[in-house]
Amino acid sequence: MTSSPLIRALDRSAVTFILVLVAIGVLVPLLNLLLPSSSFWHVPTYLVALWGKYVCYAILALSIDLIWGYCGILSLGHGAFFALGGYAMGMYLMRQIGTRGVYADPIRPDFMVFLNWPELPVYWYGFQHFAYAALMVLLVPGVLAFVFGWFAFRSRVTGVYLSIITQALTYALMLGFFRNNFGFGGNNGLTDFKDILGFNVQAQPTRAALFAISVAVLILGFLICRTIVSSKLGMVLVSIRDAESRTRFLGYRVENYKLFVFTLSACMAGVAGALYVPQVGIINPSEFAPGNSIEAVIWVAVGGRGTLIGAVLGAAVVNYGKTTFTSGVLAPYWLFVLGSLFVLVTLLLPRGIVGTVRHYWAVWHERRDAANARAAEAAPKPAE
Amino acid sequence: MLSCERIIALVFALGLLIAGALGASAQNYEAALAGFTKDSFNDTDSAIGAVAASGNPLALDVIQALQDGRLLFSGDKVFIKDKAGATLDAATGKPAAAPPDAANVRLNNRLRRSVEAALGGLTLMSNDPARRYEAAQAVFKSRDANALATLDAALAKETDGRVKRALSEARAAVILYQASASENDKIAAIGTIKERADQDARGLLAGLPTGQGATVQKAAADAITSIDNRLALWNMVQNAWYGLSLGSVLLLAAIGLAITFGVMGVINMAHGEMVMLGAYVTFMVQEIIRARNPALFDASLFIAVPLAFLFAGSVGILIERTVIRFLYGRPLETLLATWGISLILQQAVRTIFGPTNKEVGNPSWMSGAFEFGGITITYNRMWIIVFTLAVFAALLGLLRFTRLGLEMRAVTQNRAMAASMGIRTARIDALTFGLGSGIAGIAGVALSQIDNVSPNLGQGYIIDSFLVVVFGGVGNLWGTLVAALTLGVANKFLEPFAGAVLGKIAILVFIILFIQKRPRGLFALKGRAVEA
Repeated sequence: MTSSPLIRALDRSAVTFILVLVAIGVLVPLLNLLLPSSSFWHVPTYLVALWGKYVCYAILALSIDLIWGYCGILSLGHGAFFALGGYAMGMYLMRQIGTRGVYADPIRPDFMVFLNWPELPVYWYGFQHFAYAALMVLLVPGVLAFVFGWFAFRSRVTGVYLSIITQALTYALMLGFFRNNFGFGGNNGLTDFKDILGFNVQAQPTRAALFAISVAVLILGFLICRTIVSSKLGMVLVSIRDAESRTRFLGYRVENYKLFVFTLSACMAGVAGALYVPQVGIINPSEFAPGNSIEAVIWVAVGGRGTLIGAVLGAAVVNYGKTTFTSGVLAPYWLFVLGSLFVLVTLLLPRGIVGTVRHYWAVWHERRDAANARAAEAAPKPAE
Repeated sequence: MLSCERIIALVFALGLLIAGALGASAQNYEAALAGFTKDSFNDTDSAIGAVAASGNPLALDVIQALQDGRLLFSGDKVFIKDKAGATLDAATGKPAAAPPDAANVRLNNRLRRSVEAALGGLTLMSNDPARRYEAAQAVFKSRDANALATLDAALAKETDGRVKRALSEARAAVILYQASASENDKIAAIGTIKERADQDARGLLAGLPTGQGATVQKAAADAITSIDNRLALWNMVQNAWYGLSLGSVLLLAAIGLAITFGVMGVINMAHGEMVMLGAYVTFMVQEIIRARNPALFDASLFIAVPLAFLFAGSVGILIERTVIRFLYGRPLETLLATWGISLILQQAVRTIFGPTNKEVGNPSWMSGAFEFGGITITYNRMWIIVFTLAVFAALLGLLRFTRLGLEMRAVTQNRAMAASMGIRTARIDALTFGLGSGIAGIAGVALSQIDNVSPNLGQGYIIDSFLVVVFGGVGNLWGTLVAALTLGVANKFLEPFAGAVLGKIAILVFIILFIQKRPRGLFALKGRAVEA
């Protein structure tokens, strides 16, 4: 009881999970870099990039699980925070191109030269510094989430209403970013990146390093979420999820708690987006599409909401399925699979994979304990 | 007998006279035609005027051929090449082979204006009112002073009101630009042109050459201001009309959603796909009609409406019975499940019909447009507004006057109480969902007339429909009506200032802020039941 929240956060399953992640984060880059490509254990670079993408999705799923699984806020616009973080990183990468662009302009990215922009817009200033871009990765989604959440939670917009307006938010941003005069490259988005912090984005070691960093960030995010949900703050969040009015009547400022996790979750999503962009090599407005955000929610639902581990697992499983399906002859049927996943998981597997396993694990334990207790009760009698 | 002979003689004499007159006219005409053979722009110009003035029935053909580059000359003969390529002798109108050295009569820009003016003058006397109207409009634009006499003649015998107005406007335009006209005439002309009040009239007044009398200039300036005001007013009316049209589309798409959301608290993400199914039903109906009985094409929409209602409605009931009823009380899960259904439906339609747009035709009574004051109203938009209002009224009647409507309202207001009064809420839920989906199907029939019929049709409407429902408030159809029309009109009024996309963003931001202020929408149901 007296232990710090971090110690409490690290129960047995959390520790196991972190160890698995560490193993993946270390082994995959090493197997990619050290082994010759002929080796059976060699991990090809394209897989490193693909799995790196999954890890970024997992961070996004984690951020959604934190607010949906523990606080009951179903955001259908988390893709917007993801994409905003991605754009912040993309702007840094664009500025790094320098004179290597098609038009070789030292300051302006290619699309601005192409569109005859006389000079760099003010909001592009500073993005040539990595530190500034990294700050923006946190700040832009964070501030947007804070302002949005401040309005929404203070006036007690909850449930499906909140879902709908978050969806409208990402939809509005998508429409905006599709426009050329917004200054973010219109529907082509930002692409053709050259290097990040002086390293070539395409190079094998950079990709391996990005993968390792993404896994590290995932572990960090998991630790933060675990710490929050196993602290007293987490208890309040769960009580808000289960009985918002009652929590309010008990004297908790519900809106402040919600605002805190919502903003934190948006920052996490932003970081996920920022790690995603250099590994994928492009960011464009379709990342804002409402469908993407809903898809991210289904990862969490598949894995099991309110479990954190499930969110990570769900993101990996669903995206692995997506890659397998959409790269083969089955491509036209992927939407059937995804659609059925939405329906079947909500109908038959409301706890998700991890939640269901945990549930039956607990049932089995209970039965065993009960049986042991009965046995213990029954055993002494003959001895009497 | 004698008198008989006399009469015959008289007729003969008259006939000779007429023939002589005709001969004279023909001579004038032929002399005028000779001007085309000189291959000089000045001669051609005077020939145009002379041919037009000759009154010969062939004159119109000759000038028309000249304009189209089909007038040839060789030696002293002039030929008309008709559209089929055969040549006629311009003097007689009889077929005649043109010699191989025949060359086109050439035109320059000055001559083209003369040709237009001559054509305008010739067609001013045409028997067809539509052609007379066009000719008057042509003169209005060319302001050809030569046409004044013809205009006066045409005005004197004109009976058609519309043509008469056009003629007097043309006459006013000519007078206004005539240096010799008196000030009073010019002011009267300005008055006539002011009445016309469109861009052309404004351009005419604004382009008035300098050096006019002070009163004329003042009158012109006043007229321009007045026209500007009128144009601004019509512009407003136009925007309001577009807004109304957009609003009716939104209403049609959102109204079914309002019912399911209002009664069941269910966010049906597959609602847009019900609209899409309705559109595909229309497509199928039209395909079958095209193949079997093309004469029925104009009635295709009347056949499609009930079919779309039944089809989308039964799909809706199927979804409710198999998926949604297990998720009551868990609105967020319902949202995800229906999203999944929408993906499946989209992909199913894509697999069956292909991803491309399908051709859905407009029946004849829905195509075309008519002028109303300063705006153009297309028939399809107009009928969709009428149709939307009819659907709205029918739905309102259903909710108010039928047993089903009564039970639906009871369930909306207090589910538990309704159940304890003996209403089978599960059955009401299924029927409500079917009704909402069926109306979405009907909306699809209407939208197939103005939008592309593709598997993504529904996606474009779903977010807008949600915003309408959220803005209007749950469980109140009037709220949905007001919200849809408000959003439609606001959208169209913002577009000229902000552009289509920014206007839309502004609306979204507005709704997000509005929800803060009134989280339950414009017309929220009051009472404890809805707060649960």
